[in-house]
Amino acid sequence: MDNIKRNEQGYLEDFSQWTKEVGTEIAKEKEIEMTEEHWKVISYLQEKHENEESLSIRGIKKSGVVNIKEFYNLFPGGPLKISTMIAGIPKPKSCI
Amino acid sequence: MKNLVILGAGTSGTMMANHLIHKLDKEDWKITIVDQYKTHYYQPGFLFLPFDIYKTKQVIKKGKKFIPKGVRYVNQKIEKIIHQENKVKLEGEYLDYDILIIATGTKIAPEETEGMKEKEWHKSIFDFYTFEGAKALRNKLRKWEGGKLVVHITEMPIKCPVAPLEFAFLADSYFINKGMRDKVEIEFVTPLDGAFTKPKATQALHYLLEDKNIKEVTDFNIEKIDYENNTMIDYSGKKVTYDLLVTVPTNLGDEVIESSGLGDDMNFVPTHKGTLQSKKHENIFAIGDATNLPASKAGSVAHFEAEILTENILLYINDKPLKDKFDGHANCFIETGHGKALLIDFNYNQEPVEGTFPFPGVGPLNLLKESRMNHMGKMAFKWIYWNMLIKGIHIPFVSATMTEKGKKIDNNNN
Repeated sequence: MDNIKRNEQGYLEDFSQWTKEVGTEIAKEKEIEMTEEHWKVISYLQEKHENEESLSIRGIKKSGVVNIKEFYNLFPGGPLKISTMIAGIPKPKSCI
Repeated sequence: MKNLVILGAGTSGTMMANHLIHKLDKEDWKITIVDQYKTHYYQPGFLFLPFDIYKTKQVIKKGKKFIPKGVRYVNQKIEKIIHQENKVKLEGEYLDYDILIIATGTKIAPEETEGMKEKEWHKSIFDFYTFEGAKALRNKLRKWEGGKLVVHITEMPIKCPVAPLEFAFLADSYFINKGMRDKVEIEFVTPLDGAFTKPKATQALHYLLEDKNIKEVTDFNIEKIDYENNTMIDYSGKKVTYDLLVTVPTNLGDEVIESSGLGDDMNFVPTHKGTLQSKKHENIFAIGDATNLPASKAGSVAHFEAEILTENILLYINDKPLKDKFDGHANCFIETGHGKALLIDFNYNQEPVEGTFPFPGVGPLNLLKESRMNHMGKMAFKWIYWNMLIKGIHIPFVSATMTEKGKKIDNNNN
């Protein structure tokens, strides 16, 4: 993890540095033990990111990958904020 | 004779009609623009209407006034885009197209959140993204005696992402001026992790929330509103109560995009971010709020896109490669209340930073800093909008792509 570049908030600066191991380590920091269910969400988020599509709770709901209650259970606290960090992609932002 | 059809006569569609009428050969091309509504709204004015800063007549004009001669203006509902046959079905006729420009924008969908558009809609729960909502809110605020005002974003993306924050700032000013700020509590509730989400802006502007005594509630993803108990509930069970709720409901693209099978989850058209060509159809282009671009949904973005899309339509007609040129440039004034405003200038890759605009090192406008001059710029913009912007007149010294000159940019971009 030492040579993985992360910003002040802990998000990866360069997605190309992401591996499943990196994701697992970040999840540990958030006290999350990764399971198949978690990885399904992570793959979905990464695919959306690759297609430059915006991420929203609504999108997750429509995706069929996971329902919102499960999403909260998988990534307690701020599910989008935490899952994007584990996925190695930027957190959802506004323009300022 | 070939046909170019523009769907939507809002900011983007009207600008495209004005650009293209001067560029396309009238012998070869017929331009048609379709919009079911006859009114053109100055949408940035919806922010000012609730606070009695603008009168209703300042934000409404007849759409026809801005459609250039030589363009056919059709006021009919668009029923379906039959892209397999290059046709658009309207209420009363079919239009064939060789090129289609989708400029159908985005609109609020309060019915997407349980309890929002029910008994309390426009009574204790308001939007200000529609003319009707902004006007109903103005009437409410005129006689409101105080309590807890909650300014809320349902989910991203929304049109003009800074408008809710501006609303909170202007509300602070409004209640101070009315001598009742001590009777009003203001809370800003967002699904994101802060009212400000980018590092430079957070650093430079967070004081505004503290100075104005606006409380932030973050990471709030609304599930439903219990309107009988004036409470919003999020998916994790968190609750926020209000006396007056000003919300920005879910924003969706037009339903015709969905029914025509041209949209994503939110009915926005998947669009190539540099060329503005739709991802699925070579002869369909999209502009402004109707696209799924990772740029802000704002008039300034549409204005910059229009210049580039015009170039690309001409290249497409001449069978030449399109220019992959649009950089997500946005330029927005942000009202902070008490006669001051901020200005931000940014694009897909560059977050808003401090600096000067439009002349590097000179200004006269300051970026990411409050000033009276910026507020005057915002006020002057209404005139620029009606007289230059939607008529497709280039705004001097402001280029379609963002310049890095005059900006304090470091390498730690976000």
